[in-house]
Amino acid sequence: MSWKQAEYSGWGRALRASGELARPERARHLAAVMAASPSPAIGNRRSYGDACLNSGGKAVDLTRLDRILGFDEDTGLLDVEAGVGIGALADIFAPRGWLPPVMPGTGYATVGGCIANDVHGKNHHNDGTFGAHVESFTLVTPNGEETVRADDALFGVSVAGLGQTGAIRSARIAMKRAKGDVMIVTERRIADWDEHLALLDASEATYTVGWVDATARGAGLGRGILEEGETGSGLVPRPKGAKSVPLDAPGFALSPPVVRLFNEAYWRRVPGNGRTVVKPINDFFFPLDKIRDWNRLYGKTGFHQFQCVVPLDAAGALRAIMEKITRAGIASPLAVLKRMGPGRAGLMSFPMEGYTLAVDFPNRGRAAELVRSLVRDTADAGGRIYLAKDSLAEPETVAAMYPERAAWAKAVATIDPDGQFETDLTRRLKLRAP
Amino acid sequence: MSETWIILGATSSMARAFTRAVAARGDGVLLAGRDLDDIAASTADASARGAPLAEAMAFDARDPETFAPIIDRARALDGPVSVAVFVGSMPPQEAIDADPALVDGTITDSYTGPARFLQAIAPLIEERGAGTVVGVGSVAGDRGRIGNYVYGSAKAGFHTYLAGLRNRLGRSGAHVVTVKPGFVDTAMTWGIEGMFLVAHPDKVAADILTAVKRKRNVIYTPFFWLAIMTIIRHIPEPIFKKLSV
Ligand SMILES: Cc1cc2nc3c(=O)[nH]c(=O)nc-3n(C[C@H](O)[C@H](O)[C@H](O)COP(=O)(O)OP(=O)(O)OC[C@H]3O[C@@H](n4cnc5c(N)ncnc54)[C@H](O)[C@@H]3O)c2cc1C
Ligand SMILES: NC(=O)c1ccc[n+]([C@@H]2O[C@H](COP(=O)([O-])OP(=O)(O)OC[C@H]3O[C@@H](n4cnc5c(N)ncnc54)[C@H](OP(=O)(O)O)[C@@H]3O)[C@@H](O)[C@H]2O)c1
Repeated sequence: MSWKQAEYSGWGRALRASGELARPERARHLAAVMAASPSPAIGNRRSYGDACLNSGGKAVDLTRLDRILGFDEDTGLLDVEAGVGIGALADIFAPRGWLPPVMPGTGYATVGGCIANDVHGKNHHNDGTFGAHVESFTLVTPNGEETVRADDALFGVSVAGLGQTGAIRSARIAMKRAKGDVMIVTERRIADWDEHLALLDASEATYTVGWVDATARGAGLGRGILEEGETGSGLVPRPKGAKSVPLDAPGFALSPPVVRLFNEAYWRRVPGNGRTVVKPINDFFFPLDKIRDWNRLYGKTGFHQFQCVVPLDAAGALRAIMEKITRAGIASPLAVLKRMGPGRAGLMSFPMEGYTLAVDFPNRGRAAELVRSLVRDTADAGGRIYLAKDSLAEPETVAAMYPERAAWAKAVATIDPDGQFETDLTRRLKLRAP
Repeated sequence: MSETWIILGATSSMARAFTRAVAARGDGVLLAGRDLDDIAASTADASARGAPLAEAMAFDARDPETFAPIIDRARALDGPVSVAVFVGSMPPQEAIDADPALVDGTITDSYTGPARFLQAIAPLIEERGAGTVVGVGSVAGDRGRIGNYVYGSAKAGFHTYLAGLRNRLGRSGAHVVTVKPGFVDTAMTWGIEGMFLVAHPDKVAADILTAVKRKRNVIYTPFFWLAIMTIIRHIPEPIFKKLSV
């Protein structure tokens, strides 16, 4: 198996790596790579920071192991290779009445990446994380292949395990029933913070998400749009092919005035008394995928995403975080606010019952400093930040946020005693320290 | 009565992409190659994506004994039989320089093996009076270059063979598409230095399917390789022989 010297980065492009990549196209080649040079597995690199980077070392790209191995139309049990994208599965199975049980905001995330970060979707309050719907997976380590089932101790170590227990080659997933391949979406304008949380609390929809204008201050703090969706059947125009951003954009593309104008227009797009619309599945779940390589809008220096979750009773602290963000005035469009349920399937899973906020910042000026202070605020509020998005946190803060980290590190050490699956993220945050 | 595609070299990622494209439109597939473990996964994938029939078949371009069972299987199926050839091998030129015996294998894999298979199945295609043969050649076959002229010469031979076969099969209502890819992002090119404008296999597969539908004769994929190769083909030999492109 040949290795290719490459420069690569996560989705945020603020952190980069240079190292060797292998990209096996067959199960046997993956086993051979893992036996000869054990290295972390990576997917489509839709993590923002350094979870999918191994500077100066090797990494194994699993995106070419992307086949559907079997599907039971009666039970909805699906066997797939781990490199398949969530969006590809939605495209294939929604017309037959099934969807991936949990879908992150991009269809390009692979099944392996969804397990290794135990991702959440717009249905987290009802259905928990991705890992909760995984029945088993096949793990490839230097010692060969092993099937891990939901009741095995290793399951909760590998789910949200950031690739530290070896490469997930394939998985069996319980798909979720869908009424059809379109979404019936109700959009409501939200005037302010309190209304935003109240509507999120009251939502009984299967899929719920709040878009929040991270530039609106004062009385308009927290204003946004609540989107509630249900699957349905019907006819909508087929989505057009994705547009792409061919070049890195200049710095002003996402400058504060442009963002404010965009947010204003985005908010006004929804009529004052709301509306119900029918959309293709992808438009609802993966709105940003319509523009390929949109991360280039941030120019060469890239961007950071801050995503935190705080417990329900810390809603006040989250409001203070939101205020700090709006005061700084450097946020990007399309910040997301959501209520999470308690569901988490791994020791290192991000979710906790509470509210989660995700905001992007161009990587320049005071952004890094601001994000670091938001991370501290989150810790003080008893919350945690999402490692799939992070590129700036510090080891001590994160250790406090993830109380099961030490137990996880100990379990991981039995499988990977020499730290061969470490990534830039696990090294930066000392996640594997005893 | 659906069409069935015999895919030779089914383990190639270009072949996988093409298999998905034809499965999605409801064609059946016989996936043929050497690595039957891997092909088993691809047959499952093709079925899940809509192929009414997906079976694995052993095929080794260097072992003509493997040809007849595939042809017999196709004969037992109703409907048009189509063939897409993705087989080929490209040992590094230095390896061939060190061991000239590698010339034989390269030419068998990339030209004579597939040609012998096509020769054997041509009467069945003619009998059915429909169907398409897709032959994947290469831009490398357009001109002999210092870096891979053995492989290039095999592809050139295959191009000429396909042109003749097109002339023959066209008389009975079947069609032959010659495909000349530029650089494609597959296992064959992973880690090779000097690659540029590398296309995704899905792009190549989509181009091939369009060419099949429109009954194109020869395509370059992506299309801009036509321009690049037109220039390269027109460089006079006294100059070309001094270049290392
Ligand atoms: C626009 C956008 C929206 C997003 N929205 C959400 C969201 O709503 N909810 C959410 O939870 N996340 C969200 N994310 C984050 C994304 O879902 C996760 O980062 C996911 O893990 C990315 O999957 P990937 O295949 O790109 O994995 P990568 O980013 O390549 O890798 C992520 C981690 O998984 C490990 N890994 C990957 N594949 C394997 C494998 N086969 N075996 C073992 N380990 C593996 C890697 O080692 C790494 O630690 C979003 C990202 C983007 C870009
Ligand atoms: N990648 C490029 O840039 C590029 C450019 C132009 C043309 N091409 C051509 O495109 C085709 C597909 O190549 P690829 O890039 O996808 O590379 P690849 O993965 O190496 O594919 C080559 C295919 O040929 C098969 N093969 C080789 N020798 C064989 C034999 N003796 N019997 C049976 N099968 C044999 C391989 O099967 P095994 O799995 O059994 O080895 C594999 O399926 C090839 O014809 C190649 O020459 C490629």
